[in-house]
Amino acid sequence: MNLILDLARGMLRRRRRQTLVSVLGVALGVAFFIAIAGMMRGFQTYFVAQIIDVAPHITIKDETREPPVQAAMLASPEGAVSVRGVRPQDSIRGIRAAGEKLATLEAMPGVAAAPVLGGQALLRYGSRDVSATLLGLDPERHRRVSNIEKDMFAGRLEDLRATANGIIIGEALAQRLGVGMGDTISAISPAGVVLSMRVAGLFRTGIQNVDQGQGFVLLTVQQVLQNRPNTVNQILVRLADVTQAEPMARRIEARFGNRTESWEEQNRNILTVFVIQNAIMYSVTGAILLVAAFGIYNIISTVVFEKTRDIAILKSLGFAEGDIQRLFLVQGLVVGVLGAVLGCALGAAMIEGLAQVRFGVDTPAGQDRFVLSRDWRIYLIASGFAVASSAVAALVPARRASRLDPVQVVRGAA
Amino acid sequence: MTRRLVAEGVTLVRDVNLSFGHGEFVAITGPSGSGKSSLLYLLGLLDRPTEGQVLLEGQDTVGLAPPAMAALRLRHLGFVFQFHFLLPEFTALENVLIPIRKLGALEGEAARHSALALLDGLGLAPAAAKLPEQLSGGMRQRVAIARALANNPVLVLADEPTGNLDTKNAAAVFDIFERMTRAEGRTVLVVTHDPDLAARATRRVHLVDGAVVSDRQV
Repeated sequence: MNLILDLARGMLRRRRRQTLVSVLGVALGVAFFIAIAGMMRGFQTYFVAQIIDVAPHITIKDETREPPVQAAMLASPEGAVSVRGVRPQDSIRGIRAAGEKLATLEAMPGVAAAPVLGGQALLRYGSRDVSATLLGLDPERHRRVSNIEKDMFAGRLEDLRATANGIIIGEALAQRLGVGMGDTISAISPAGVVLSMRVAGLFRTGIQNVDQGQGFVLLTVQQVLQNRPNTVNQILVRLADVTQAEPMARRIEARFGNRTESWEEQNRNILTVFVIQNAIMYSVTGAILLVAAFGIYNIISTVVFEKTRDIAILKSLGFAEGDIQRLFLVQGLVVGVLGAVLGCALGAAMIEGLAQVRFGVDTPAGQDRFVLSRDWRIYLIASGFAVASSAVAALVPARRASRLDPVQVVRGAA
Repeated sequence: MTRRLVAEGVTLVRDVNLSFGHGEFVAITGPSGSGKSSLLYLLGLLDRPTEGQVLLEGQDTVGLAPPAMAALRLRHLGFVFQFHFLLPEFTALENVLIPIRKLGALEGEAARHSALALLDGLGLAPAAAKLPEQLSGGMRQRVAIARALANNPVLVLADEPTGNLDTKNAAAVFDIFERMTRAEGRTVLVVTHDPDLAARATRRVHLVDGAVVSDRQV
């Protein structure tokens, strides 16, 4: 094998410039893959971490996945006459027996749960009206399922209890209303209840929708405002192990019957975007490596063509077909491995370069720079793919070389 | 031995029945297209006959798989062609080392020593570290002979080995062949159309249209 390596080195050395170009081609493919994958993986992990951090891992809702079956259907499921336009029975909306369900959830290990009543309200200050989604919550329990307190820059969740009819709103919402801490605003609910509320806290999550249109009040206050006494329409759950969110959600749904969504289900649109992003990344870098592979194919083909005589003499000396094939396969692998090594170095340098970039403005994600992944597995995938494609590219000319008939070559040369 | 080759409807070598002993210096002569080289490639296990047998040291080689034939070439045969076919990237010494390293019987310093001794025996000691392009035509052909002898073969096959050489260098090559047969007991088969050189062989086989028309011991 040493002999094969020496022979391969000698042959590649003769075509130094072409070899260098091929190595660079592979290196660029590997480097771009590392840089792009680093950016995307970094952003995706950061984004997912943000979601997991702010949003509850599991949300239990006051609805079922299928619309409830009507009484007429229940009475005669195989009825010959179908009645259309039956008005559904007016039932009180909300999670039934929320207290028991909460207790059941809390009893599970690694599970924290908090009741919430969400509802719309019109916030009025002077002549300005802004509609907002108000979340009625229990501060002590809510703190265990959400990190919203981390984003509060004025006041704390407990202040909801200390202040009569206190409300915590987003920074942008406060600006639209023109209010600050301690100001009193009116809240008008669809149920027609009007309450005077005092701003007890302000938060900034960086997510526009939340900052512009959300407010937090005490659960009991919200129940009065929405005129839904003792009602809870969501239970938020946080898990010690976030990876268990989806199976846990399914178990909860099976047990309670309520529609239960994991954070993955709630953010499925974003996660789908990630899948598409990854597909684009793989095809772009795959294309670069494909071009590089053609370069390798080209150089090995040229070497085989130029080295016909050498191949013939090696065969006449007693080299078998397998030896000849290995000789040229090794040359492709040498180009691939050199390219992968150079590409990893180049990719690491590109990652560090990208790390220096500052956007100058805060992105919605709350960062002014690229979030970069330096996962060693990215390097492994890129290198593995490069070396494998080099081997495949070299295989075709290597096989052709191995089948060369020395007699014909020697006759042709004479 | 009997062998016949039919390629594309043309019979290159027909009904040849020859056997060569150790230490014979055989010249194969004949007009162009008479099948001299074809015969040599058949004897050198680079080609297979359509009918008949090729026996090497009593062993039939026709049924062997290509790798086994390659192994026989490596261990027992040495080739010299009209063109030297030295690998241009490697020095004279490295070229001679290729078959030695491939066989693997000698390693490291021993292999080097053996190759240097071969080169020295052919008066090439000063050329050992030079690339083929730095050598004269005669020297290149002698390096090619040294490479053919690298694994101490019983049979050396030469196809117009002096075709590209002037008379002085051609005579030197035949001197080497003579020494190989007389002193070292190898069998040398040389295809040549130079009658002066053929006259130096101890046996002359003349081919016409793929058939042996004369086989004379001298």
